Amino acid sequence: MVEKYVKGRVWKFSDNVDTDQIIPAKYLVTGDRQKLAKHAFENVRPEFAEEVREGDIIVGGKNFGSGSSREHAPRALLGAGITCVIAPSFARIFYRNSINIGLPLVECDVNAEDGSIIAVDFEEGKIVNADTGDVHAFPPLPDFLMKLLDVGLIENTKRKLKGTNG
Amino acid sequence: MIIATSCEGITCWWCDKSWRLIACEFPYIGSPPNTRVMGMTIAEKILAIHAGKSSVSPREIVDARIDYVMVNDVTGLPAFEVFEEFQTSSIIENTVLIQDHYVPNKDVASAEQAKSMREFAGKYKLKNHFDVGRGGVCHQIMIEHGFAAPGRLIVGADSHTCSYGALGALSTGIGSSEAASAMATGELWFKVPETQKFVVNGKLGKNVMGKDIILHIIGDIGVSGSLYKSMEFYGSAIESLQLSDRITISNMAIEAGAKCGIIPPDDAVFNYLKNRVVGEYTPVYADEDSEYDDTFEYDASEIRAMVAKPHLPENVVPASEIDVGIDQAYLGSCTNGRIEDMRVAAEILKDRKVHPDVRMIVVPASKSVFEQMLREGLIEVFMDADAYVSGPTCGACLGGYMGVLAEGERCISSTNRNFIGRMGHKDSEVYLANPAVVAASAVTGRITDPDDIESN
Repeated sequence: MVEKYVKGRVWKFSDNVDTDQIIPAKYLVTGDRQKLAKHAFENVRPEFAEEVREGDIIVGGKNFGSGSSREHAPRALLGAGITCVIAPSFARIFYRNSINIGLPLVECDVNAEDGSIIAVDFEEGKIVNADTGDVHAFPPLPDFLMKLLDVGLIENTKRKLKGTNG
Repeated sequence: MIIATSCEGITCWWCDKSWRLIACEFPYIGSPPNTRVMGMTIAEKILAIHAGKSSVSPREIVDARIDYVMVNDVTGLPAFEVFEEFQTSSIIENTVLIQDHYVPNKDVASAEQAKSMREFAGKYKLKNHFDVGRGGVCHQIMIEHGFAAPGRLIVGADSHTCSYGALGALSTGIGSSEAASAMATGELWFKVPETQKFVVNGKLGKNVMGKDIILHIIGDIGVSGSLYKSMEFYGSAIESLQLSDRITISNMAIEAGAKCGIIPPDDAVFNYLKNRVVGEYTPVYADEDSEYDDTFEYDASEIRAMVAKPHLPENVVPASEIDVGIDQAYLGSCTNGRIEDMRVAAEILKDRKVHPDVRMIVVPASKSVFEQMLREGLIEVFMDADAYVSGPTCGACLGGYMGVLAEGERCISSTNRNFIGRMGHKDSEVYLANPAVVAASAVTGRITDPDDIESN
């Protein structure tokens, strides 16, 4: 089950963060989240892997996760302890991959800086910046995606194979 | 009579079905006010057929049957691990495993990954496993071996899976976990995309290729200009393109954020597929009254040989308007590693030498491209020019190996991405261009419009 409410420290990124930035191709020799996390954003934010803490939140610009289909990208973020990525828009494969493996994404244009503390309420569709008091509303995920995020693609597929997918 | 006035979810009074049906069971006379009866775009129709529905609407989520699912050596390992978690022995026959990214094995870790693919293929008796020396770059193999065909729904754990749109397929990139799920169930969920129409009319100039059409479009709409959407390409310039150039266009649809980039199939496709295609196929075309999110029109005669500057494919300028020195020229990849691309570059390099300060690396996209290069004497042309020719691999396109860039180095490349650190060091630079620009630049040592070198 994915948390319905998360609060954490922000890592702010600009537009068009591609999956090569999230995890450079030379590390695509493992699927292990923890191993991948050690190299997350290595080229563009070399301090990230060292300083990221469990519960941190990424706030990106438009088209976050563009480029390669590598599922290693959301895996690296989960391995780094990221609980949510917020951006005005996401690249579609990154979006699918994240939902499938249980990394919540929120499509929303949020005012936040590096180090801001923000809280995300997935059920209410609300983001609060604890530093500025700014509140942003976002439409919750469609039911289908919310269920998939909650159950996970692996479990969802197991149920489908057993014919118990309801 | 109509019981709704919006364009979606309109229910026919008589047959109680959506007006998006290809044909209502009852004759309808006249169009009621404020209503539209719409057909489907190619992507909508392929998804409807594979979801077993008579029609679908944009943004609708459907479960659809998959015709093929493909993984490569990089995305394969995580997929195989997930597949084992399903604890099932059933796997769809149309699973294709292709070793291309880091093979021949670049190091021990990639050797282990490649080994896991061999073992998976053996364990589940998968006949479509293309190992070193038998295949090449995954998308080229999917096309050459007749897996990609009109009307098919194909997914692959590689973002450039959208390439097969050039043959009229709906093909799109997915992640490793869902590739495993598709192997086990033969199905996958899709959000029906909205469709954008791109019409390119007129005649392309000399040394202007499919690559320039798609770079020009991405320069116009931006790298998120088609986010989540299906691109459909029309017009006399598209129709007159050979298949290899069309593949380049569909291949780079993802660089505009698109789910797929589809070109209506014609004789160029049908002839290519003769004696090649596996199984039957049914071409799918858009209805005349299908609805497009947007329509963009371009005049082919105004499109020049383009270059996309670092670090986004949308940073496009004509090659003639840029003057920077290069350290490396890279010709290859799923974007421009076909025999037609090799011929264009060889034509320019014949009786010329690669500039002494430049390394030129030539990587055919498949074994059969390599063989054809041998037959036509192109390998000799490249070697006489001092270019390095390797066997097929994704190699340096994604900064893997076989031509990785050092700090501060600059590469003119026929590939698809110029992201930060894409081909090597984070402070190296990639300029994207067509094979003619790559070859001309290799000769002069600076980014060069081939028209300029040929007139010298």
